[in-house]
Amino acid sequence: MLTGHRTWIFENKPTILSTGTVGGPFEANGNIPNDFDLLHDDIWLQQASFEKAQQTMMEEACQFAVKNSPIEKEQVQFFIGGDLINQITPTSFTAKTMGLPYFGLFSACATSMESLALSAFLINGEGANYILSGSASHNAAVEKQFRYPTEYGGQKPPTAQWTVTGAGVALVGKEGNGPKITSATIGKVVDMGMTDPFNMGGAMAPAAADTIATHLKERDIDPSYYDLIITGDLGHIGREVSLDLMNKEGLQISEQMYVDCGLTIYREGQPVLAGASGSACSAVVTYGHFLNLMKQGEIHRILVVATGALHSTLSVQQKDPIPCIAHAVSIESGSDLL
Amino acid sequence: MADKKKKNLPPSSQEYQAFQQQREVKRPLLKNCIKAFLVGGFICFIGQLISTAYIYFFDFTEQTAGNPTTATLIFITMLLTGFGIYDRIGQFAGAGSAVPVTGFGNAVISAAIEHRTEGFVLGVGGNIFKLAGSVIVFGVFSAFIVALIKTILIQWGGL
Repeated sequence: MLTGHRTWIFENKPTILSTGTVGGPFEANGNIPNDFDLLHDDIWLQQASFEKAQQTMMEEACQFAVKNSPIEKEQVQFFIGGDLINQITPTSFTAKTMGLPYFGLFSACATSMESLALSAFLINGEGANYILSGSASHNAAVEKQFRYPTEYGGQKPPTAQWTVTGAGVALVGKEGNGPKITSATIGKVVDMGMTDPFNMGGAMAPAAADTIATHLKERDIDPSYYDLIITGDLGHIGREVSLDLMNKEGLQISEQMYVDCGLTIYREGQPVLAGASGSACSAVVTYGHFLNLMKQGEIHRILVVATGALHSTLSVQQKDPIPCIAHAVSIESGSDLL
Repeated sequence: MADKKKKNLPPSSQEYQAFQQQREVKRPLLKNCIKAFLVGGFICFIGQLISTAYIYFFDFTEQTAGNPTTATLIFITMLLTGFGIYDRIGQFAGAGSAVPVTGFGNAVISAAIEHRTEGFVLGVGGNIFKLAGSVIVFGVFSAFIVALIKTILIQWGGL
């Protein structure tokens, strides 16, 4: 169970039975459109507000996760999720629509792996049989809350990132076919005194490096145990900084095995500056793209490290630094476990 | 200011920030200045054309053509903002599209569009000057200070 200080080993091997991923038009134009269950061509989704559009995507992702699985919605015990909007209303409203007992989480863009880790823990400890776990974000809703109005013509620096419009949900069950969740390391809040909200990658990199180093140490494994170490949304700058930080600490992580969801979802030429971000980023790319690769047998063991910046507009305006967190969950294909 | 803030940080944070700075992509300052100069100049060129047209085709003088020219530029900005083009120009041009009156118009209009979902009174009305409000506050305040200085100089300075 608990290994070291903050790593859980799941000996009962909770399984990701199915996933549901939904994206917007910008994602449809991106690098991995085939890994989505549903892509919308309108950022409003015919809703009255961007927040409602985000809620709709989350509901659709939940429905797809249930539809893609062998079980019925009535068999699901809990819904665990979160997002970036004030008081996580879109996720709570989704829980209302789904009619499921609900845990609302906030770890900014690390919410996806926080909810997956908790789901796996609950299932491993026989607290539940099936749990829906996910997170969502909407570019325009996040821009409105954290930055400027969507249509405002302010120039963003090259360190800024583009929030993903989408929702990713995994249905975790105690047994069945699918990728197994083998362990999770819960992150510490790391604050390096970074204050620029347009450089999230640089602020989050130390949190990612800390969680990865702790995970490897507490599980007593080498980085090469994993085929890929996948970070949530560090972008170009955060990826490079965290990789250099870990190499400085003596961890041998190669360029090829260290990938970032924020650099995977969009293609070259889309105006995303340093890469993608948002709580949907790690969720849709992991549950869509990387789990598909695992099902195709191209990768067998991955460590997903979702990173989140725990600031608010208020804390930034009051000149507080940006504290960051990273949660890691290891997912392994079922075949080579026995 | 920045140095003073840094001094209060623990050494590990200072070290990390220096480490991070080496890898951070900086704003391309010279390129941004040139782009801002060209786009800003182009907007002013259009303004000049409109102004000349008002003087040439309508009954305006060089003194009175300013107001309709500004209104026309803001109207064009409104269309560009509503169709989602102005923010792209802004990302390319930076200060070039922010400093002219079109930038002010964009700040007001984008806020109005953004908060439409919260209703006309509390949404649009309450947030329309969210970005442009400080421009107005400090614009009026500095005008007041300058007028005060001028008055004092004229009254007592014998200018």
